[in-house]
Amino acid sequence: MIEHLPVLLVVLPIVGGALPLVASLYTDRAGWPIAVVAMLGHAAIAGLLAGQVWADGVVTYAVGGFALPYGIELVVDGLALAVVALISAISLGVLAYARHAGPHENTFYSQLLLLVTGLTGMTVTGDVFNLYVFLEITGLAAYGLVASGRAASAAVAALKYLIIGTVGASLYLLGVGYALAATGTLNMADMNAKLAAVGYDSTLVLTAFGLMVGGLTVKVALFPLHTWQPDAYANSPDSVSAFISALVSTVSAYALARLLFSVFTVDFLTAVPAARWALIAVASVSIVAGSALAVSQSSVQRMLAYSSVSQFGLVIAGFAVATPIAVVGATVHLVGHAVMKGGLFAASGIIERETGADTVGGYAGMGSRTPIAAGAFTVLALGMVGVPPAIGFVGKWYILVGAVEAEIWPVVAVLLLSTLLTLAYFARLGERLYFAEPTIREEAAVADGGEGSRGPRSSSDRRSGGGEGAVSAGMLAVVVIAAVLAVALTAAVPALEQLLNQTLPPLIQ
Amino acid sequence: MTFDVLQVDLLTSRYNYYAVVLLLGIGLYMLIESPNLVKKVIGMNIFQTGIFLFFISLAFRSGANPPVVTKGGGPYVSPLPHVLILTAIVVGVSLTAVALALIVRIYSEYGTLDEDTLEELYYD
Repeated sequence: MIEHLPVLLVVLPIVGGALPLVASLYTDRAGWPIAVVAMLGHAAIAGLLAGQVWADGVVTYAVGGFALPYGIELVVDGLALAVVALISAISLGVLAYARHAGPHENTFYSQLLLLVTGLTGMTVTGDVFNLYVFLEITGLAAYGLVASGRAASAAVAALKYLIIGTVGASLYLLGVGYALAATGTLNMADMNAKLAAVGYDSTLVLTAFGLMVGGLTVKVALFPLHTWQPDAYANSPDSVSAFISALVSTVSAYALARLLFSVFTVDFLTAVPAARWALIAVASVSIVAGSALAVSQSSVQRMLAYSSVSQFGLVIAGFAVATPIAVVGATVHLVGHAVMKGGLFAASGIIERETGADTVGGYAGMGSRTPIAAGAFTVLALGMVGVPPAIGFVGKWYILVGAVEAEIWPVVAVLLLSTLLTLAYFARLGERLYFAEPTIREEAAVADGGEGSRGPRSSSDRRSGGGEGAVSAGMLAVVVIAAVLAVALTAAVPALEQLLNQTLPPLIQ
Repeated sequence: MTFDVLQVDLLTSRYNYYAVVLLLGIGLYMLIESPNLVKKVIGMNIFQTGIFLFFISLAFRSGANPPVVTKGGGPYVSPLPHVLILTAIVVGVSLTAVALALIVRIYSEYGTLDEDTLEELYYD
């Protein structure tokens, strides 16, 4: 049993995902408990695997017992484990939030577990084609979740996401074809050795790199390919936008790192400087353009979405710099961003439910009306800017140090500039929240039916299944925990670093 | 560089790769340029078909046997790309199904399949 843990990590959520649909025959509210049980199991398996990885370094598994490198291999190392733990934790947080915030339908929980399956699969797989399959499972579940919003615009946003996402995944598949033609294998470790034998400057290898990395940057939503993201985040229910913003792009960025270090390796980046500089250029443009677009938004959710474009530019830049310290920094920022952005979307959902405010102008004076959510929002926002005790600072600092060490000055300049821009858009929100006169009047909430604490029904109805009270203690607890984690995770960085130091040296010489 | 016999031979014998490029181009063009949502999805399918053909072409080896182990023996055509594409076709069908379901919902809500009209309604 114990040796089957890696595959159970994927099997458990996919089987769990089928159960709410079956349960629909009897009751339409069985989804939540099933999802919670499945995710607790997922977390328990991740915990057991953590013990094994800590002891052995890497846990590998041949699916179905087919001899490697012909069969599909699952690989759990320190880097993968950090992402799996993140998926478990965020999913449980989102479930706690969705308990009250909805959607309550069984299908929502099926899709959520399916999304967890895809994300976990992408994280643990050691096979480039298997990665494509999990990428598409993730995509399909995410399109469905975005479309679960009540508003008609949710379907339009989901279709846009689907078409752009499919082109991205298809480009990745085409790249897999070129890599297969060059090496005759799909196993990552095997391909790693054979690519070096083929020669890094071979046209086939370069084309494969361009298509695979290009396809994944669509999924990560780097600048020119990010257009699906703001619509998708802004039109989905707040549980969904918290979940997707925290995990989908994160795991795609992880997959890109896996491709860079486990398949193409740092030697490839050294042998083909053009590939490294192309990646750094895309990442840098993404950092600046994402921040600039975020500053110009009036809708808070769209602002947060554009902020992701910029933050993922930072993560990819860290991976492209590819010194050990920069890679640790990029991983820390990847995990930290997921916690902070998920928390920010959850907090913005609560603020909207309690006060009806969903624009930067509307946030004026809301600090006193929703003290807990606004406080958590501010802490998370400051963490995102990179104010020292928060995890956002540690990630950026490591990437900065790595870039200085490698003497890649454009990244240094862009990183410092982006911190200023990030401060610009989050400081503007903080100033609105606490130091401005309210533009939304209290009686607007009362006229909508209910006390101030119940919030305007119109907006909560639009965004969710419409609960009785607008906000539950569980929802507040989730954003407060996210805010605490944004600071407390800093203490976990040395442990993460140690975990990565067991993993990375073979990958980064 | 001169066009020696070998390269002319390459250019004339690998015609299925022309079909790949053509399909990818047509698919991508429809996907971007057609204002009709259903035609966009058809374009997406054509684009994917191009990729499928690319994989199947990779597997081909002239004079080889089908990958069924018989008395005759190798060389065999590579069976791996066929298996991959079988999976990719299933993925493509699921994507098409989800896309069409979304289009049905968009049509019932907005009453149009035209992207430009939709854009106007969407940003109201």
